Amino acid sequence: MKPKVAFFDFSSCEGCQLQIANLEERIIDLVEVVDVVSFREVMKEHSDDYEIAIVEGSIQRPMDELRLKDIRSKAKILVALGACAHTGCVNKLRNEWPVEDVKKEVYGKASISDNPYFDAFQAKALDEVVKVDAYIPGCPINREEFIRIVTALVAGKKPSIPNYPVCVECKKNENICVFDLGKFCLGPVTIAGCNSACPNFGHECEGCRGYLEHAHMDAQKDVLKKYGLSVKQMLDRFNIFNYRKEGY
Amino acid sequence: MSQKVDINLHHITRVEGHGNIVVNTNNGKIEKIEWQVSEAPRFFEAFVRGKDYNDLAHITSRICGICSIGHTLASLKATEAALGVEISEQTTFLRKLALHAENMQSHILHVGYLVAPDLFKVGSVFPLIKTHTDAVLKIIQLHRLANEMSDLICGRTTHPIGLVVGGFTQVPTLAELKVLKSRLISSLDIARQVAEILVDNAHMLPNFSRETEYIGLTTDNEYALYDGVIGSTDTGKHPVKDYHSIVNEYVVPYSTAKHTKHKRESYMVGALARFNLNSEKLSPIAKEIAGLFDLKPISFNPFMNNIAQLVEYVHSVEDSIIIIDALLMRGTKIEDPIEIKLKKGRGIGAVEVPRGILFHDYTIDKNGKCIKANCVIPTNQNHGNIQKDMEAMVPTLLDKPKEEIELNLEMLVRAYDPCISCSTHYLKVKFI
Repeated sequence: MKPKVAFFDFSSCEGCQLQIANLEERIIDLVEVVDVVSFREVMKEHSDDYEIAIVEGSIQRPMDELRLKDIRSKAKILVALGACAHTGCVNKLRNEWPVEDVKKEVYGKASISDNPYFDAFQAKALDEVVKVDAYIPGCPINREEFIRIVTALVAGKKPSIPNYPVCVECKKNENICVFDLGKFCLGPVTIAGCNSACPNFGHECEGCRGYLEHAHMDAQKDVLKKYGLSVKQMLDRFNIFNYRKEGY
Repeated sequence: MSQKVDINLHHITRVEGHGNIVVNTNNGKIEKIEWQVSEAPRFFEAFVRGKDYNDLAHITSRICGICSIGHTLASLKATEAALGVEISEQTTFLRKLALHAENMQSHILHVGYLVAPDLFKVGSVFPLIKTHTDAVLKIIQLHRLANEMSDLICGRTTHPIGLVVGGFTQVPTLAELKVLKSRLISSLDIARQVAEILVDNAHMLPNFSRETEYIGLTTDNEYALYDGVIGSTDTGKHPVKDYHSIVNEYVVPYSTAKHTKHKRESYMVGALARFNLNSEKLSPIAKEIAGLFDLKPISFNPFMNNIAQLVEYVHSVEDSIIIIDALLMRGTKIEDPIEIKLKKGRGIGAVEVPRGILFHDYTIDKNGKCIKANCVIPTNQNHGNIQKDMEAMVPTLLDKPKEEIELNLEMLVRAYDPCISCSTHYLKVKFI
């Protein structure tokens, strides 16, 4: 029996689900090993009978929270797909502001107060609402990592993501350090697995894959000192994809 | 008809984002027709306040995964206009290639993966892999090419890396551009074969017409995508700075949310709007493909937007070849970053993205921080037209079985290729 897989999305750009279409011919291989029973973006059919739920997006409203809990209750394994699901991504930038303020800024005087569609609370990552069994980080996700993690799940193994920083991949790719290009890179404190996509293209790492627990902060402080930068400046940059009100 | 028809299609499928169709009729009398959008609001304009001008494009790119290059370009154009930054000829060429790559990727994804199942009467592209393997592989080939073109120009297909204020962090080599050019040339035959397969099933697209206004960028010297003035099939040309008086957001009496309208009750943007405004400037093979489907301006059939997308795919390939030739003649180099002098200012960027005309409008303070942002999204401009089309279409369908009415309405929404995640700055909501 092929495992039954369902895809779901909440508040996001849906760019991580798009990466599945971007597997190109390998989509055909994917549907050989799993039975896709729900994927609203690409198929009409839907079933509530699934083992693996792959969920994109952040949670912004009570109605979304209920729907996510329902998905959790049906799935044996719940996977957070992409940064919106993993860290809250840029959706959380609005948590800097009171909810009423952002509503007023975007919707002006329109009366939306009794409308559940607009009943937003502060944006949340999935694991602030339900238990998450596996994460596929990144904005967007890395397609190779998606294949690796799905393969592990189908084989009944526990998937893992790198426990080292983007710098490791960047050095392997023989890039010039982007600090030396005069840019502010978050590679030293960010979870690897993207094959240092941004530095490969002459751009700084923006930290979209999330903060690396046990990052070598003393070494990072030395790097910042060398280039005349402060920890606060680093955290301000890090906040774009990893906003935490309480800080790090 | 003496029956009661209640349609409640919750979260319709094969579109980007969450939308519902609600129709209630009783004894042939229409009680309710609603195109509802239930996507969670995302508040981008609110949270870019206070952000550095350099970060705006990489934040607003995240409005949409499918048209992230378009959002990036509109954002960069607005930022550069606010700061008075002039970009180089090479940057303009490369940005136009980036936009073509996205147009190709988005259009073939929509026509090949999301619309084709309706033409072949199946629920998704998955069964077609078995029954029409060769056609699906051709579509995948075209999709792959578009994505690999984005990888080369932008560093990534979704959320471009290399596009920054003033230019690019990296540029393709001439050798890479030559390879891309030869792949684009050979893709034209594949695109033609895909068009020939689809034309046999194009009769599945409903023959429905409703007169409306079409709005998009237009310019004298090319089929406008990256630049131009605002064009309307009703009122002619308008400068981009007047976009507020074109989109005219308003609150409908039966809803809490805004629609847009110009001269009529609603207007349409997107591939069909561009075709209706600018078809004479299409490239030669693109014109041939339009002829194959008998698509002529002005077409008032929204379902022909799918065909206009296919026509534009081919135009983007042909125009990319011309741009690459120009780059091969002049060479490419990593240019020195443009020196940016911070100053207070406001800038508007308008770009044609796959689903239509997109505006970003920023006010930046003297320290380079954004203090006010407004993004007007193509799908947002189309929601009103979808509603009006439904109101015109439902009475023509009432003698059909419920399933057929549902399918027609779903196909109608899908024809607009709505990008609902994008549009949730300006929700249009109505309750049952």
